[in-house]
Amino acid sequence: MAPVLELVQANKSFTMHLQGGVRLPVVAGVAFSVRPGECVVLAGPSGTGKSSILKMIFGSYRCDDGRILLRHADTTTDIASAEPRRILALRRDTIGYVSQFLRAVPRVTALDVVAEPLLAHQVARDDARARAGAMLQRLNIPERLWRIPPATFSGGEQQRVNIARGFLPDMPILLLDEPTASLDAENRAVVVELIAAKKKQGVAIVAIAHDDDVRAAIADRIVDVSKFAVAA
Amino acid sequence: MTMQTAAPEDDRPLLVAEGLSKSYGRHVGCRDVTFELYAGEVLAVVGESGSGKSTLLQVLSGQLEPSAGRVVYTMRDGVARDLASLGEAERRFLFRTDWGYVHQDPTLGLRMAVSAGANVGERLMAVGWRHYGRIRSAAVDWLDRVEIDRDRVDDAPKTYSGGMRQRLQIARNLVTRPRLVFMDEPTGGLDVSVQARLLDLLRGLVFELGLAVIIVTHDLAVARLLSHRTIVMKGGAVIESGLTDQVLDDPREAYTQLLVSSVLPA
Repeated sequence: MAPVLELVQANKSFTMHLQGGVRLPVVAGVAFSVRPGECVVLAGPSGTGKSSILKMIFGSYRCDDGRILLRHADTTTDIASAEPRRILALRRDTIGYVSQFLRAVPRVTALDVVAEPLLAHQVARDDARARAGAMLQRLNIPERLWRIPPATFSGGEQQRVNIARGFLPDMPILLLDEPTASLDAENRAVVVELIAAKKKQGVAIVAIAHDDDVRAAIADRIVDVSKFAVAA
Repeated sequence: MTMQTAAPEDDRPLLVAEGLSKSYGRHVGCRDVTFELYAGEVLAVVGESGSGKSTLLQVLSGQLEPSAGRVVYTMRDGVARDLASLGEAERRFLFRTDWGYVHQDPTLGLRMAVSAGANVGERLMAVGWRHYGRIRSAAVDWLDRVEIDRDRVDDAPKTYSGGMRQRLQIARNLVTRPRLVFMDEPTGGLDVSVQARLLDLLRGLVFELGLAVIIVTHDLAVARLLSHRTIVMKGGAVIESGLTDQVLDDPREAYTQLLVSSVLPA
């Protein structure tokens, strides 16, 4: 099957104007592709640009040059040069992203945080909440917490709310930034199961996972990011 | 958490700003501003005081005439019109129905001495509602939606707190189901705890109603929470624009980097 996601010679650097315009190279010549149903794990020591690559694919970091091609529903989009509006549509329908930390919004309950992406897919509120509840249950978030904004939750609970939000809608591409970092063994196993189910559905996944067991369980291929590192 | 888009994609922009400039004699308000806004999109305009944000908002909403450039708006009948070509009556009608304008100071957007119910009902009467019972029930319904106790419907906003006034101003603006709302620092004068409530309320309403919003703010957290796209202004010109998370997480210009790095993390 043809890849749904293909990075072609993608480069990224930061220019720090407040530090005298020093240029901070992040990654160069990033090239790999992901097929439907495949999980590619980005590996390499901290600071080699793994999270930056995920952010470039999601469009929250700009790509200096090169291409980030996304092929879906008979159209190909180059995220590196796409209009903001196109990227927003892709985020709604095509690319899911589970960031390392949940950005909590005041007063929005855990249940609604998880249900929100479904509402954007025109799912009715009651239905969306019911499905959000089932997903939170699966991730062992007790029901008494569902109606509380997650700002006061523990790190592991917040991470599971974030995972529930990312995994609930059906997205053909999923980006996972250390989804199991603050989880205990039981919940790590749940996340591994959820990833396996997504792969079976044909979802293409790019993940960062430092835990060796998790990595072995989910990875179809490992891409060593240190080969894209730029000698500073 | 990024803002979700509820509205379907429409290929034609709702509003187009083309080379907008406004100068007051030798003083420049805004300079050569160009962008497109689509239905259901929230655009934040950030920058510090004096950067031209508020001038731009007034030019966009037809309250100030541009020195150069134009604003094109797609009316409800699908026809794109140059704002300058609208007659006074057409412009007023647009303001009463299809647009909202939320001022930083709610006393500018409300009639302080008449009841809350009348403040909301007045917009409905302006679009032809005549049935008192229906107007009142719509007003009460909107007070609920902005979390004002319905027992306060007959009280004038001068008896309200700052946060309640701002929520009432929002109800008054949204009751006619506008497609575009201009907001000028809507959380500006409020206590932090009151701000959070207002922001959350706005976020819900914008999403639920699929509103297009142009929001002027100096608060990057407000831009992050509410907007899809952000433009950064300095000295009257747009110096950077893009997806909000892109502008805030990967700022390119020196001034934007300064803005982003000047915020103390909470």
